[in-house]
Amino acid sequence: MIEPMAQANKQRRPDWAALVIAAGLLALALLVAWDASRLGAGGAYARIGPQTIPYAIAICLGGLAIWTAIAAYRHDFPEREQQDFPPVLWIVGGLVAQMALIKFTGFSIATGILFAMTARGLGKVSLPLALLSGILISGFVWFVFARLLQLTLPAGPPEQLLIQGFDLITAPFKAAPGSAS
Amino acid sequence: MDTFALLLQGLSVAIQPINLLYALVGVTLGTAVGVLPGIGPATTVALLLPVTYKLDPAGSLIMFAGIYYGGMYGGSTTSILLNTPGESASIVTALEGNKMAKAGRGGPALATAAIGSFVAGLIATIALAFLAPWVVKFALAFGPREYFALMVLAFVTVSAAFGDSALRGLTSLFIGLTLGIIGIDLQTGQARLSFGIPDLLDGVEVTTLAVAMFAIGETLFVAAQGKRAPETVEPVRGSLWMSAKDWARSWKPWLRGTVIGFPIGAMPAGGAEIGTFFSYAAEKKLSKHPEEFGHGAIEGVAGPEAANNASAAGTLVPLLTLGLPTSATAAIMLAGFQQYGLQPGPLLFTSNPQLVWGLIASLLIANLMLIVLNLPLIGLWVKLLTIPKPWLYAGILLFATLGTIGANPSVFELGMLLAFGLLGYGLRLFHFPIAPVVVGLILGPMAEQQLRRALAISQGDVMVLFTSPISATLLALAALALIVPLILRARGKGEVLAAVAADND
Repeated sequence: MIEPMAQANKQRRPDWAALVIAAGLLALALLVAWDASRLGAGGAYARIGPQTIPYAIAICLGGLAIWTAIAAYRHDFPEREQQDFPPVLWIVGGLVAQMALIKFTGFSIATGILFAMTARGLGKVSLPLALLSGILISGFVWFVFARLLQLTLPAGPPEQLLIQGFDLITAPFKAAPGSAS
Repeated sequence: MDTFALLLQGLSVAIQPINLLYALVGVTLGTAVGVLPGIGPATTVALLLPVTYKLDPAGSLIMFAGIYYGGMYGGSTTSILLNTPGESASIVTALEGNKMAKAGRGGPALATAAIGSFVAGLIATIALAFLAPWVVKFALAFGPREYFALMVLAFVTVSAAFGDSALRGLTSLFIGLTLGIIGIDLQTGQARLSFGIPDLLDGVEVTTLAVAMFAIGETLFVAAQGKRAPETVEPVRGSLWMSAKDWARSWKPWLRGTVIGFPIGAMPAGGAEIGTFFSYAAEKKLSKHPEEFGHGAIEGVAGPEAANNASAAGTLVPLLTLGLPTSATAAIMLAGFQQYGLQPGPLLFTSNPQLVWGLIASLLIANLMLIVLNLPLIGLWVKLLTIPKPWLYAGILLFATLGTIGANPSVFELGMLLAFGLLGYGLRLFHFPIAPVVVGLILGPMAEQQLRRALAISQGDVMVLFTSPISATLLALAALALIVPLILRARGKGEVLAAVAADND
């Protein structure tokens, strides 16, 4: 008796998540159209200007929003699997921490924290161990890419130390006669 | 000059020691990322773009192509031994391959996959060399309207023709197209969708989007699945060698897989995985042992593995001759060309034959390297599969952010990486395909330029798109590719299309 009731109830209730997607698409369509309305035409007589394609895209997005809403009422969207959110938060937290810290602490520490938090998010690992290995690996990666391949990676205190240490070690070789600059 | 002479000339470029080294690095990296779940060739090339900015263009492109080929080889190893496809083109291989491994026939399964990949890669690369000049000749007649029509066709096939839902495919595509209009309009210098943020004036970087969508989105998605069904690596027991019977049962599927895979890759029809599904279906139908399918039939490994390598080579035909990417990896390789100021297309064959033919010839060499890497050294790759998940994904995120920081060390860029990563996770959660977003971002602005150019020539008359026979045909094909699958799905025949869903790489 309860089974069919639940079934009917489920059918009548729209798929809320899909409706949210439809609303998001509609908002995006309006945003694109609003932005296009501010643009001037390219030349007085041009029938196609910088705003033409954005308007076309906005119309299509609006159409897709309606289509998605219909799909939400008809339950055309596939079932979502149960999601574990704490691991996602660990990883997002790691990315945010890296973003916030990179200018101050340099690449190795910021990325080491990201490394540790990602590892923690995906399984039971010891955080101090993950942090230590993360910073060491990031430091090594920084050295290879920033020093040997000349990629611009932000340097913080540990990297400065590394540069100075490296210069100290290589100084005797650089001081060789003829190659001093 | 005929193709043979050009190919020989290309070989002389490809066997330069430095280019051999690039090819070796490429195929090794490619095999590794193919083996590792959660990171595919598209992500890897995207990660490497900023790093290779200062390197030699020919060498880097040889390396990228090696990664693409290597990814196709490596993916099969994961499918067979772990039952989790290392990349999307190996999903079908897991069906029969893992059953074979469980029955103690992992060795022959790996061997038929590797040798099949070699045979297909060899034939398809030669086909690429012979087909490319023809397409180039044809493409020289293309004007803006033909290019626009071709891109519309690519949009439809990549997003709506295959997969389980035209709605979700098109939604992904239009998200990509919307991201594509961000930045300064090239013709009038006006900023679009930039909201006064200077970082947005240059538009969204293809590499940032691809890395975020594939690497970060995938990591978040895997993390959110929690601890479901612990994965076990099947050890390779017994001999790697195939018996005479295995050979007899494999060679025809290899050739059929090549014949199926190459045209599908070459047509603007999406990624390598589509060919693998068709090949599997064909082998199942033609096999003398249909009862073995589902329990470890060697044909079900041989055919699809050949097909995915053949399509990888096929994808290079529209990419090199028309500048038209039809898979996510090809889209990122196009970004790789553009990074060096090179525009793939018919003109590249005349302006830079050394590079094009060197690249094609190096694929033959890469193929040779791959069979050596993948058969005798298989034990090494199997070890990669034993890396615990937390360390693996932590490492993937380290390199994902490294690429972005290296390309543009700004907090804003990292913020975009995070935002697109979350978007990628959301898309995966609701079963939206990812590749159309990337293809939309890179092809959208190109299509707009071509359309505006075509309409400028015709002084705004839209009918000009339909008065050229080529462009009218292409647009008609695009309309068919949009409408026919819709009708099929409405009639409840959508399973076939769902089965050939184009997904990641």
